[in-house]
Amino acid sequence: MIELKNVSYTVKDGDKEIDILKDINLKIDDRFVAITGPNGGGKSTLAKLIAGIIEPEEGTILFDGQDITHASITDRANMGISYAFQQPVRFKGITVMDLIKLAAGKDISVAGACEYLSEVGLCARDYITREVNASLSGGELKRIEIAMALARSTKLTVFDEPEAGIDLWSFHNLIEVFEKMHEKIKGSIMIISHQERILDIADKIVVISDGRVAAEGRKADILPEVLSGGASCKFFEKRK
Amino acid sequence: MDEIQKNLLEAVADLHEIPVGAYNIRSNGELAGRSTTDNIDIVTKTDKQGIDIYVKDGTRNESMHIPVLLSQSGLEEMVYNDFHIGSNCDVTIVAGCGIHNSGDGTSRHDGIHSFFVGENSRVKYVEKHYGQGDGNGENIMNPTTIVELGRDSYMEMDTVQIKGVDSTKRMTSAKLDDGAKLIIKEKIMTHGKQTAETNFEVDMDGENCSTDVISRSVARDESHQIFYSKINGNNKCAGHTECDAIIMDGASVSAIPEITANHIDASLIHEAAIGKIAGEQLIKLMTLGLTESEAEEQIISGFLK
Repeated sequence: MIELKNVSYTVKDGDKEIDILKDINLKIDDRFVAITGPNGGGKSTLAKLIAGIIEPEEGTILFDGQDITHASITDRANMGISYAFQQPVRFKGITVMDLIKLAAGKDISVAGACEYLSEVGLCARDYITREVNASLSGGELKRIEIAMALARSTKLTVFDEPEAGIDLWSFHNLIEVFEKMHEKIKGSIMIISHQERILDIADKIVVISDGRVAAEGRKADILPEVLSGGASCKFFEKRK
Repeated sequence: MDEIQKNLLEAVADLHEIPVGAYNIRSNGELAGRSTTDNIDIVTKTDKQGIDIYVKDGTRNESMHIPVLLSQSGLEEMVYNDFHIGSNCDVTIVAGCGIHNSGDGTSRHDGIHSFFVGENSRVKYVEKHYGQGDGNGENIMNPTTIVELGRDSYMEMDTVQIKGVDSTKRMTSAKLDDGAKLIIKEKIMTHGKQTAETNFEVDMDGENCSTDVISRSVARDESHQIFYSKINGNNKCAGHTECDAIIMDGASVSAIPEITANHIDASLIHEAAIGKIAGEQLIKLMTLGLTESEAEEQIISGFLK
């Protein structure tokens, strides 16, 4: 499905070059992969490289065997890559319905859009005509972001910390959303997360730390190590 | 009415044919059609170009259309339309001006609309300006709107100028009596070398009156826009003015809000923001499969919706 070969990404800070990702080799063909690791470790950069928002200095990115290293965001989206932002974007004047329609890529009915919104726990009638502006809370925006990914339902969906900004009360529902997606969706889901509950339902866990893949494997092997904060996993901070 | 005029009529008044209710259609400086109702009378002015519209007390759920069409290149006119709205009315007024200029002369329509709104009346005023043409002649529109709102009356003014007007200078002034409320929503898009200047001046004289002046605009290419908004709080009142503009290409926009409180209980707010389309907005829509230019169009049409 998605494969990164010797991928490196560097940013310039004045004269200094800072390596964000160093020689990443990663192959993801499992249906549900969780990416975890400490803040600033390079997880979001990895997501942006896959979505095409940034391009790597070195290395190759393959999607279904096709080289997409220099493909545009639009081309990747049309090939079947979706990306749910960590910090959703606000738009003055564009409604929730407009965005769901754009995500679905066709003119869907109100009832159709409502289905996606109900999945993420938003009472659709209240939201469908709302503008995606400052009047929506961060948590509401995150759910709409997830609903858009559901509407697209592509081969690969990357979620960047979907739990951030979602209250604990509805967090339980969020897990259900991903469990359901896991069953329904034919493609792969990649979730960047710090949440034990999300790591718990993943087929595979990848730990990114200090710009490198620090650990990778089945959850049965990785999770106990991550959660125990064992010697090899000092970087991981268990969250309550 | 020919095809060009019909197209203009549709663009400025959303009308496919002759409207129901009261109307007055002015085409190339002449009266092209008029209809009055039991409650709404339209009378041609005798001392200057224009009409007086009289709406009887208690007229409810009626509408009137006052479109102006110019399809003759080089025509310049100055028109006075006075709206006398009685008490306890609830009416919708659709005005607009469409210019089709296929020649090299300047076509120009200057309209002065005055509204005298009676006590406890509600008025919705919709105004669209639109220009087209394949010639080199300029389309110019300079609308002036004067509003006097009586006690506890309400007026909502929606103005739209999206296309084809080369130069516009819009003046709107209002005086509000006790409990009156004025909402203004302006939408402007300029292209090419067009210029648009809008001036709002609202005097909040009455107790507990309020106003909200909102402008959203997009300036593309080498166009230029200036937005002046002046709100004077002369009594216990609430006023808000907001200018939100997107600039693109080599355009320029100035927003000059001015709020003056002359009373201890006047509460006034101004907000102004100008900037290009946020990169992350484009990226988000591109991750949904839109190209950059499709994303741009989507953002602009939402912003001006």
